[in-house]
Amino acid sequence: MHIDWSTLLDVTVVSAAAALTVVLLVSYAFVGLSPGSARRTGDPERATPAATRAGIATAVLCLLATALIVGYGVYLIVG
Amino acid sequence: MDVSVIVVVVVLTALIFDFTNGFHDTANAMATSIATGALRPRTAVAIAGVLNLIGAFLSVQVAKTISGGLVDESLINPVVIFAGLVGAILWNLLTWLLGLPSSSSHALFGGLIGATWVAGGSAAIHFSTVLNKVILPAVLSPVVAALIATAVTYLAIRVTTRADARTVARGFKLAQTVSASMVALAHGTNDAQKTMGVITLTLITAGLVVPGSAPPFWVVASAGLSIALGTYMGGWRIIRTLGSRIADIHPTQGFTAETTSTAVILTSTHLGLPLSTTQVCTGSIFGAAAGRRLAAVNWGVAGGIALAWTVTLPSAAVVGAAASWLASTGTAGVVVVAVGGAALAAGIYAASRHNAVTADNVTDVPPQPAVGTAV
Repeated sequence: MHIDWSTLLDVTVVSAAAALTVVLLVSYAFVGLSPGSARRTGDPERATPAATRAGIATAVLCLLATALIVGYGVYLIVG
Repeated sequence: MDVSVIVVVVVLTALIFDFTNGFHDTANAMATSIATGALRPRTAVAIAGVLNLIGAFLSVQVAKTISGGLVDESLINPVVIFAGLVGAILWNLLTWLLGLPSSSSHALFGGLIGATWVAGGSAAIHFSTVLNKVILPAVLSPVVAALIATAVTYLAIRVTTRADARTVARGFKLAQTVSASMVALAHGTNDAQKTMGVITLTLITAGLVVPGSAPPFWVVASAGLSIALGTYMGGWRIIRTLGSRIADIHPTQGFTAETTSTAVILTSTHLGLPLSTTQVCTGSIFGAAAGRRLAAVNWGVAGGIALAWTVTLPSAAVVGAAASWLASTGTAGVVVVAVGGAALAAGIYAASRHNAVTADNVTDVPPQPAVGTAV
């Protein structure tokens, strides 16, 4: 009896990679959206405008990358 | 019995199964979102219903696997499929009554295998396909989902430790609405196809469709509508089990569990592997709970769920086999199976009314004594 280990392995590896990437990107996006200095000192009152702008830019990039991955996943199913 | 009559009966029974599949599996997508308050119960089931309908139109890979792989189509007929569906429906209803997230897919496969075994003998069952496409994924998928969810939850918590707690909580709650919607969509692409596959198999055995065909459009549309309606009804008992009884789920865990489930289900759908979405989602929720704190998981609930998973396929097979044996005696047998099945279903529904779980009380969990507290 033949067992299709390669398909099972494919599902495992691809799923793990996709879940890990999406979760990390979204997590870093929320870190970026947190007030700048809170990420280092835990004190949101000490946020600087530059740090806030950099954080928002990071968050936007992370969320865009997430949207691309999710969109590609749906595209694979439709295709 | 006239072939066209039995085909209509089987199609209707398959759509009833699809409806039970829908409300049995609403919890997969929405249990954690309802538990964390990311979505209101009624809003959650409405979103899940619509996305299941859309998902049903996106892929037919799994439907092809079912209609052309598990059993020898030349050795069975529509009556056998009808008997298998009765076994699957009754098992789905019983586990719903008990609030157990058992696999609708395994109930379906078990019912079909049992009914086919009685009708065509063991030679009518493709054991290699059953092992590859049903048994192995059943054993491995919840474990894989749990391990992935544990790892990603741990990492998500570590990464966001230094971030602003309110931003993280609000963000993950918002993200949960997206991830839960993706699970609902993935569920539609995977589970609606199982009924499509069964109806297509019926049409093949009745000689109305060429073997190896994709499901006709009316099959896709009716299966999609049926699972969407069932999903909208909301299987509140199972939502309570998955959302509130496994662990105290936080938005971060809800998001990681749903993201893991989506990744596993969509990948397997793309590769034509008909795994159980319920087992994947349950495994993900346990993994996400363990990723935050292992001791916070209610392992007693896990034991009950594991037991239900173990007996689902053989139990549905036994009911399917008995129904197949009875239905094979002729028209009277088919009527007895249909009436008996309807009576049992009505009895289960009546029993559920004694302790009804609804959208209004789904998040209320009976208080449990704290560890170390005298009772």
